[in-house]
Amino acid sequence: MSNSAGLFSSSLGRKYLMALTGLFLCSFLLIHLLGNVALFTDPVQFNEYTRFMSSNPIIRVMEIILVLGFLTHIVDAVMLSKANKAAQPVKYAMDRKQSSWYSRNMGLTGSIILAFLILHLQSFWYGYKFGDVAMTLDSSGAEIKDMFTMVVSAFSELWYSAIYVAAMLLLGTHLNHGFQSAFQSVGLRHKKYTPTIKKLGTAFAVAMTLGFISFPIYFYITQL
Amino acid sequence: MQELFDNIPEGPLADKWTKFKADAKLVNPSNRRNIDVIVVGTGLAGGAAAASLGEMGFNVKSFCFQDSPRRAHSIAAQGGINAAKNYQNDGDSTYRLFYDTVKGGDYRSREANVYRLAEVSTNIIDQCVAQGVPFAREYGGLLDNRSFGGVQVQRTFYAKGQTGQQLLIGAYQALSRQIHKGTVTMYNRHEMMEVVKIDGKARGIIARNLITGEVERHAAHAVVIASGGYGNVYFLSTNAMGSNVTASWKSYKSGAHFANSCFVQIHPTCIPVTGDHQSKLTLMSESLRNDGRIWVPKKKEDAQAIANGTKTALDIAEDDRDYYLERRYPAFGNLVPRDVASRASKERCDAGYGVNKTGQAVFLDFSAAINRLGKDAVEARYGNLFQMYEKITAENPYVMPMKIYPAIHYTMGGVWVDYNLQTAVPGLFAAGEANFSDHGANRLGASALMQGLADGYFVLPYTISNYLADDITTGEISTDHSAFEQSEKNVKERLDFFMNNNGSKTVDHFHKRLGKVMWEKCGMSRSRKGLEEALAEIKAIREEFWKEVKVPGVQNSLNQELEKAGRVADFIELGELMCHDALSREESCGGHFREEHQTPEGEALRNDKDYSYVSAWKYKGENQTPELVKEHLKFENIELKQRSYK
Amino acid sequence: MNLTLKVWRQKGAQDKGRIVEYKMSAISPDMSFLEMMDVLNDKLILKGDEPVAFDHDCREGICGSCSMYINGEPHGPENLITTCQLHMRSFKDGDTIYIEPWRAAAFPVVKDLVVDRSAFDAIIQVGGYVSVNTSGNTQDANAIPIPKVDADKAFDAATCIGCGACVATCKNSSAMLFTSAKISHLAHLPQGKVEAQQRALNMVEKMDELGFGNCTNTGDCEVQCPKGISLDNIALMNREFLSASLKAEK
Ligand SMILES: Cc1cc2nc3c(=O)[nH]c(=O)nc-3n(C[C@H](O)[C@H](O)[C@H](O)COP(=O)(O)OP(=O)(O)OC[C@H]3O[C@@H](n4cnc5c(N)ncnc54)[C@H](O)[C@@H]3O)c2cc1C
Ligand code: HEM
Ligand code: HEM
Ligand code: SF4
Ligand code: F3S
Ligand code: FES
Repeated sequence: MSNSAGLFSSSLGRKYLMALTGLFLCSFLLIHLLGNVALFTDPVQFNEYTRFMSSNPIIRVMEIILVLGFLTHIVDAVMLSKANKAAQPVKYAMDRKQSSWYSRNMGLTGSIILAFLILHLQSFWYGYKFGDVAMTLDSSGAEIKDMFTMVVSAFSELWYSAIYVAAMLLLGTHLNHGFQSAFQSVGLRHKKYTPTIKKLGTAFAVAMTLGFISFPIYFYITQL
Repeated sequence: MQELFDNIPEGPLADKWTKFKADAKLVNPSNRRNIDVIVVGTGLAGGAAAASLGEMGFNVKSFCFQDSPRRAHSIAAQGGINAAKNYQNDGDSTYRLFYDTVKGGDYRSREANVYRLAEVSTNIIDQCVAQGVPFAREYGGLLDNRSFGGVQVQRTFYAKGQTGQQLLIGAYQALSRQIHKGTVTMYNRHEMMEVVKIDGKARGIIARNLITGEVERHAAHAVVIASGGYGNVYFLSTNAMGSNVTASWKSYKSGAHFANSCFVQIHPTCIPVTGDHQSKLTLMSESLRNDGRIWVPKKKEDAQAIANGTKTALDIAEDDRDYYLERRYPAFGNLVPRDVASRASKERCDAGYGVNKTGQAVFLDFSAAINRLGKDAVEARYGNLFQMYEKITAENPYVMPMKIYPAIHYTMGGVWVDYNLQTAVPGLFAAGEANFSDHGANRLGASALMQGLADGYFVLPYTISNYLADDITTGEISTDHSAFEQSEKNVKERLDFFMNNNGSKTVDHFHKRLGKVMWEKCGMSRSRKGLEEALAEIKAIREEFWKEVKVPGVQNSLNQELEKAGRVADFIELGELMCHDALSREESCGGHFREEHQTPEGEALRNDKDYSYVSAWKYKGENQTPELVKEHLKFENIELKQRSYK
Repeated sequence: MNLTLKVWRQKGAQDKGRIVEYKMSAISPDMSFLEMMDVLNDKLILKGDEPVAFDHDCREGICGSCSMYINGEPHGPENLITTCQLHMRSFKDGDTIYIEPWRAAAFPVVKDLVVDRSAFDAIIQVGGYVSVNTSGNTQDANAIPIPKVDADKAFDAATCIGCGACVATCKNSSAMLFTSAKISHLAHLPQGKVEAQQRALNMVEKMDELGFGNCTNTGDCEVQCPKGISLDNIALMNREFLSASLKAEK
């Protein structure tokens, strides 16, 4: 392996890919969260935002990139995890790791996030596109799919909200390790800056988790 | 009877090596790949030799008993390596290094060899830096030096307390490069068991694959023994557990002479023995004596109080401390050579001033240095050693003085070689600690690493080529030759014997007994009476060993007890030879201190008139007393003096 | 002290292996861990059993031979030491101690606690060196001043003893810490810079080929490394490899 085409088949190449897609997904999360804030502010605005998101050509392109990002991250994760399992076929009878649980279980937390994602897309994305969505009016008085109500009513279910909360907590651990890990993976480590990156990662993870959790909790409680 | 030729080139001392190189015969590059060389050992000497010979294009087979060549015991050397670079501008020169080494060796080494060593010493540093050895540097980016015992210049290059490691990794890297190129084939976990001679020349070895137990034949046009020292004859030493004399001993039995075997070095600063369970001793680098002061209490009561725990070193007032090295040797103080420092500790402890339970420990105290330089500076210099000490003893040396005691550390004696590092068997070479060549009766600190690398990188490539130039038409050596068959048979018989001898005692049991006899009677000080007793005791151990030794397991698998059994069998025989050697040398010199030969103040008394020779012993067969062959030493450039460090 | 040992016993590469329990008594806290193993082996030999095979040589923490996974940690409970530097005073009377070999596909068990670590040598062989012949006719050692910080960093990386604890503790059996230590040692020195990129490419490729896992930055290796080799080295390797891969022309 000494060419850049084969770069991503090497162990380090896979790490770069993991890191890049991971950070890319982080940026998606941030935007997604900000977009969702409209759920709290104004139903009409939220509905318009979703329409914009599903119709604007640039966003459509972004969506494809996003899907590719997820797919790459996931496929790469599966390949990495498989190779890593194969590298240590026999387990210790007694094993005491010093590292954090979440750093060792990125595959597990990732898989649960994936399961969540399937559920999530099935209810919102698929539901929005192909399902029966009630109609309402936008700010100019035209018809628009009432995503707001769909989301809000979904969260009236305890089990549904609970799954969200659990998944978001795991996402938080995934990010807490993943964010700083991505920098290390591409070699960005420095005595002076790395501690800051670590703090930033934790802050990001906490912000994302709390941010996303707030929706199911808020809407569940307000609909009790 | 004089039958040993040192083969020293004619001419003035300083020109000998240049002249040798100019006159040496070479092997044409296209012929080299048809010539096989076996190198036993991957320490500094063996690793460097195998790498260099491989680079030249010879077909090299390299052997070590560890699982990787990088683990040879050279890795453990701490303090540093000498070279006459004179970077410190303190008056150093090739001649001074040569002089110091001969003097340090108590005038029992060969001038020409030592001069060559001093001459190539500077190349070693250049070479190692080019290989990426990370020696200590000053802030200006240039190499730093420290001083070492026995000399008055700063010429020791170092890499914290891990100089040996860094140098060995350098050699290992050079070796790895050749393995990758295919010029060297590496045989890890192989133990050399026998030298094979055809028509009087060394033509191969028998080795045991330690994983499969298979006994293998390996042929070559020349064989290099670089298997390290034999300090483990004492059981407790600073050597690695696997360090052994087997390769050298088999060379001896195949006709090479074993020289100066009683010249062993006892290092003054090791961590004392704590109990019967002790399996090895740990060295605290000699560099510690740069800043540490050695003392015992002036009053016996104080020593006893410390030993039984009612007082500590800190309770002893300054005036009640006896800094005995500074007292006895004001010029060199704590930096006297090792043999002198060791004997002085023994003298104090024998007189009842020892400071631990066994009565065999003295203090090495850093409080003065910490006061003068600050704790940080001391930590920067010796941090890892202090840490190592604390791990082993659970005492903090920044607060409580270290306890130290001498221990066996290095063996100056070894396989006899001529100027070309060739033994008395043509085609059989010996390098590094395994040979006897450069250190006389006492080795100065930081000069073994120098010798190992000099032999491997810079001497053997020339001298072996010179030898092999006559072998270009020999063709491949066949392992079907009857000599291989015979040697292999001998090896197998011995292995079978061990496997089938259902004795009642472990190998270690005998090893420990041998070690005790050797330490007490052929250790720091020796007497005719003691040595004669030792000979009788070792004989008894030997007989019992062959009757009672128990080796469990099977031959055709990894069997560490079987490995040990073979090594201890050889150590027992070596122990006897050492006692013979010590008995025959009626003088005190360097590491060899005969109680009968001392000055009224207890200093060693050399006898240059009768004993300035190398005692090379020739094997005469099972149960025969070996024959002493003398190589008389000629001192043409140095005037023999009583060593004085006062 | 009285102890219960649970030791991995395996006759050879083909054998399945199992944990065997041994009771030890009268163990002195001053003993080193390996001396305690010597006591066990003495007992076994006199009973006519095979002693426990384990690698060891220098017994002072520098050769990298010793390799035991003790109570779930490579080289045992203390940090910054090797198994041979571990002393029994780190345990309590009545303790149960698990002793297992390094576990990694790239380090197959040879017998009992002995594993085959020749994969490490293979990684070094493809580029863990400066390609300079040993003629001694190089330039003067002081011709190129090297900033002390760089020399010190090179030294710190070069203190790796090749013990394999990093691989043993890594949940992915990754050899990144070991490999990066060598890459980093040489990359910090002007002598090693010339080949730095090719070295990184070759060594990483070899490492992958030998069946070591990927690093997922859990950091166990750094904690367990007896020589305190830092994750900084892995980051440096990641940088070197990235730029080398991008620059490589074929
Ligand atoms: C603790 C300690 C500290 C030291 N510090 C210093 C110092 O600061 N400065 C200094 O100059 N010197 C020092 N020395 C001395 C110096 O390290 C050694 O003398 C030197 O390294 C020996 O190198 P060598 O190549 O001859 O042998 P070694 O490095 O001992 O190598 C022996 C090789 O032979 C192999 N071998 C042995 N027997 C067999 C066999 N039968 N079959 C196959 N292979 C075999 C081994 O596997 C090994 O590869 C120190 C020594 C010790 C023990
Ligand atoms: C929004 C969703 C996700 C985000 C933001 C995210 C983010 C990240 C980040 C930043 C990393 C660190 C990369 C590195 O260390 O170089 C990472 C690693 C990882 N991710 Fe994700 N991820 C997400 C979803 C997933 C999913 C769905 C899976 C799996 C099915 C997954 C599996 C993994 C695995 C196994 C790693 C470990 C790789 C490593 O640490 O090197 N992730 N993720
Ligand atoms: C609880 C918090 C969340 C809410 C309320 C929410 C809401 C929504 C809604 C309404 C949509 C469809 C409309 C749109 O495209 O914006 C959507 C799409 C999507 N969500 Fe979420 N989401 C949440 C959390 C998450 C998380 C944690 C992830 C990632 C792991 C995620 C990933 C996605 C993806 C990939 C899409 C499809 C994107 C697209 O089509 O652009 N969501 N989400
Ligand atoms: S990096 Fe540390 S743990 Fe790994 S082999 Fe080197 S010394 Fe051992
Ligand atoms: S433990 Fe393994 S996951 Fe990486 S940080 Fe060390 S190699
Ligand atoms: S035996 Fe050498 S490091 Fe432990």
